[in-house]
Amino acid sequence: MGEPVLSVDGLSVRFDRKGGALTAVDGLSFDISAGETLAIVGESGCGKSLTALALLGLVAAPGRIEGRSVKLQGRDILGLEGEALRRLRGNRIAMIFQEPMTALNPVLTIGEQIIEAITAHEDISHQKARDRAVSLLDRVRIADPRRRVNDYPHHLSGGMRQRVMIAIALACNPALLVADEPTTALDVTIQSQILELLDQIKRESGTAILLITHDLGVVSEYSDRVLVMYAGRKVEERTTRDLLKSPLHPYTRGLIAARPGRHHVNGLRTRLSEIPGMVPSLAEMPHGCGFAARCSFVVDACRIARPPLIPVGADGAVACLRIEEARASEHAAARCDAY
Amino acid sequence: MALVDIVAHIPPARIAQDNAFFRTARQPSAVVGVLLLGFVVAMALLANQIFPGDPLDFVGQPFQRPGEDPSFPLGTDMLGRDLASGIFHGARISLLIGAVATAMSLVIGVGVGAFAGYYGGKIDASLMRLTEFFQTIPPFLFALTIVAILQPSIATIVGAIGVTAWPSLARLVRAEFLKLRHGDMVQAEIALGASDMRIIFRHLLPNTLAPIIVSASVMVATAILTESSLAFLGLGDPNVVSWGGMVGAGREVLRSDWYIATLPGVAIVVAVLALNLLGDGLNDAVDPKQERR
Repeated sequence: MGEPVLSVDGLSVRFDRKGGALTAVDGLSFDISAGETLAIVGESGCGKSLTALALLGLVAAPGRIEGRSVKLQGRDILGLEGEALRRLRGNRIAMIFQEPMTALNPVLTIGEQIIEAITAHEDISHQKARDRAVSLLDRVRIADPRRRVNDYPHHLSGGMRQRVMIAIALACNPALLVADEPTTALDVTIQSQILELLDQIKRESGTAILLITHDLGVVSEYSDRVLVMYAGRKVEERTTRDLLKSPLHPYTRGLIAARPGRHHVNGLRTRLSEIPGMVPSLAEMPHGCGFAARCSFVVDACRIARPPLIPVGADGAVACLRIEEARASEHAAARCDAY
Repeated sequence: MALVDIVAHIPPARIAQDNAFFRTARQPSAVVGVLLLGFVVAMALLANQIFPGDPLDFVGQPFQRPGEDPSFPLGTDMLGRDLASGIFHGARISLLIGAVATAMSLVIGVGVGAFAGYYGGKIDASLMRLTEFFQTIPPFLFALTIVAILQPSIATIVGAIGVTAWPSLARLVRAEFLKLRHGDMVQAEIALGASDMRIIFRHLLPNTLAPIIVSASVMVATAILTESSLAFLGLGDPNVVSWGGMVGAGREVLRSDWYIATLPGVAIVVAVLALNLLGDGLNDAVDPKQERR
């Protein structure tokens, strides 16, 4: 695979407050290679969006970004500030936001906004930047880009706005594209178009994509590897196919089981399964496994210390002490169902 | 028939033009305001053509009532100065002072508000303490003091009004910036690598322009009133004619020759009313809640 485009080692985001800091992202490590999509999944508040923002240094005080290193194409970008950070943003790492409605400036034409993204990093003439804006609009499949370039955001539909956001993100050919729930605000038919477009861009230009989502359907179709986060920590990281076929961590199992679908057993529809309990609040994070309170395989050892990440297969890992037991019970359940 | 045809062929989208200009044009108060303001501006522009010569010259018999002598349509004051000429030339001074002082306030107020709202923290705190300091002194008394110390002239009057009128604007701009500062748009701009200045002046300022324009029109009216008040109190530039000064001079003969104070007073009312109506109309036009009734 060669050297990864992005290599994150021990990334944490903490919020200082009276009575001790809250750790929202806790020692996260992962790599993304060129032309690869890594999906980060997890429920609301597990720290996945914060991870994305931290990569771009967008965490505002009182938040603090810590870690051993965040290497982008071999260069450590952790702790960059001021002009160096500005040069990085939009140029080497670009971000696509959830809400194209509010992320675009309503008083500038989309052309002006794309041109701005280009001229913020490259010293080229306005005319050249404009030509590139038109070709970028063409690249994100906006019909009649020459005319559309003069449109204001309110002239465009939600899907088209998100295409414009992608065009802006692609303006400087970034090495890494961070997409924070890029389709949550769009309806389902547009969703697949946008994700298809991202996939195509990845294949054409070899951009690495970090896809933040909570939609396992999206994960299964558009990602190569999946990182499951729970309460700020990585609990499982596997290739998408392995993860969906044989989830190991009880939380991942719960997530997959909780997907609405055709759970038919002997022709009867079964009740949608759910994960009992709630995510522990950041202020009351247990010493041991964050999922211990909701896990049906929990033993005392789980509550004492954080389970270490155990390598699984070629490049997978899971943070659970009870994989074997969980797997055994699954087999038992499967036998039971078959019977 | 032809007209009906033409109207029928205008695409509906054109009739219902939905931009600020057309919305403003549909506000009756704005239309009246623009007409009145246009009249005052025309007076200012044509003053030299219609009434050549210094309006402060003694040109005729004193105390002539309006209409008494056709060459002085609005009469003369107690020193024999032409009132109509004074009112026309006074429009120049009022508009000049109103516009320049407001421009000055805009620069200070927008600058202070924008930096305070964008950067927050210590910068915000210190700029807001400065604003509050200015707000604790009544602006008119503050301007009066400055002019009294610096000798009345057009420059000092403009400066005094400009320096005292900005605090409310700074607060308005700051509030608008605070609203947008932590929104997605600014996040997205930062994520694109836009610099602070670019975000402030190219993205945030145009988005706050509507309320700024509205309050600017009212600020011009206030500046005209302040200038008139200063002149009324004898703190106008003695070398130029001013509506406020004319009212002040006519005050002493108000009971016998009421028109000497009243006519320039009407001019002040018209100018201030025009700007307030325009401000109201603009306010309704840019208020999103007023859209599409």
